[in-house]
Amino acid sequence: MDVIFSRLCEAFLINCELFFVTLVFAIPLGLVLCFGARSKFKPLAWLVKTFVWVIRGTPLMLQVIIFFFVPGIMNVKYGWNLPMFGRFSGAAVAFVINYACYFSEIYRGGIDSIPRGQYEAGEVLGMTKTQIFFKVTLMQLVKRIIPPMGNEIITLVKDTSLARIISNKEIIMMAGEYTSKGLIWPLFSTGLFFLVFVGVLTLLFGWIERKMDYFR
Amino acid sequence: MAILEVRNIEKHFGATRVLEDISFELERGQALAIIGSSGSGKTTLLRCLNFLETPDQGSIAVEGKVIFDAADPATQKESELRKKRLHFGMVFQSFNLFPQYTALENVTLAVKLLAKERPDYKEKKNRILMEIEDEGKALLERMGLADRADHYPHQLSGGQQQRVAIARALALHPDILCFDEPTSALDPELTGEVLKVIRSLADQKTTMIIVTHEMAFARDVADQVIFMDGGVIVEQGDAKQVIDNPQQERTRQFLSRYAEN
Repeated sequence: MDVIFSRLCEAFLINCELFFVTLVFAIPLGLVLCFGARSKFKPLAWLVKTFVWVIRGTPLMLQVIIFFFVPGIMNVKYGWNLPMFGRFSGAAVAFVINYACYFSEIYRGGIDSIPRGQYEAGEVLGMTKTQIFFKVTLMQLVKRIIPPMGNEIITLVKDTSLARIISNKEIIMMAGEYTSKGLIWPLFSTGLFFLVFVGVLTLLFGWIERKMDYFR
Repeated sequence: MAILEVRNIEKHFGATRVLEDISFELERGQALAIIGSSGSGKTTLLRCLNFLETPDQGSIAVEGKVIFDAADPATQKESELRKKRLHFGMVFQSFNLFPQYTALENVTLAVKLLAKERPDYKEKKNRILMEIEDEGKALLERMGLADRADHYPHQLSGGQQQRVAIARALALHPDILCFDEPTSALDPELTGEVLKVIRSLADQKTTMIIVTHEMAFARDVADQVIFMDGGVIVEQGDAKQVIDNPQQERTRQFLSRYAEN
């Protein structure tokens, strides 16, 4: 049992790794997409919006498969020279892009929800656009996006197990190997790993929300 | 010389004409009340003065210097806009305080940011910041909010928030302080405390433009009144004369409806 537990722990590290890599890259990339979709240059805005639609409109599992297999298929079939991803990096790229799209929509909602009057108050007080963003709206934006971001990030924890579709040996795949040998409890126990992880995140987000409770 | 001269201002939103041929002057130390029904263009006029809207026609001069002329692109440079805005202070109907800052921080934020542009800022940073803090506290005290300096906006009543907003506008020492229906979001009790503050500003000869629905207040406090309807000035003149003895039929109609209520 100790052996099984430590192997599950090991496999869960892949979930954690994928989780952190996705967060680190998707959070800023989402901001880029958000600004792109709000761009005054219409073709760019249109392009970004279509991209977000496609990514949000198709299953993440399918995207993982496409990022992993399609470059190789194209290279073989048409002699192209596309970069190919490893199992982990393929999954990571798909996750980063997928989550960046969701985050960009959360940012957009946050920006749209800040009353016009806040910008106008800054303007009549002689502030520059940059000062208004950093000194007036940024904190309000962060406060507003924390709850939906928390929600999305909790979904990400559980989505990491989708990486098994391209044979990343994450925790559910590992447990599945025991299941196929007739041992069922490891698979059920994986739920606890996710529960604990999500529990910690819930506490963390609750703490951040309380920290920002001093204003409304 | 008039501190403010507005000439032939015109403003369209799409095909709708919101302001038409608006001209008036304001002397230093005087209070001007703008009255009229909703949609008559009062607020748009105030927003044009604060460059929140750009007039399609006309010019605005402060102390004889043209700061905006629709016919002269040189007066519309984005880079100079910020400085020009500082001639005017603005108090909004919905206060628009910054929720993440205390009352005092709301008052001092913009002043501190502007101070950074002073050439002697680096040298005297601490002294400058201290002076700004002290002035902010003094302003809040004038507003009767000395004990509320460290409160956040959501901890204050509407009347208190509006008084903080007035202090915030005063902190930048505008030549002309504009009020856009400052009491319309307040109940009668809170309205009283805000009007009291505006009245005291008038007693101290603050140059003000007040868009308001409080007729009795406009009559008592303002020196001049402009009555607007459908984007044009229907009648303007001495406050008591216009309100007690209006010359135009449209003004009479408007005022009599107020008297009924």
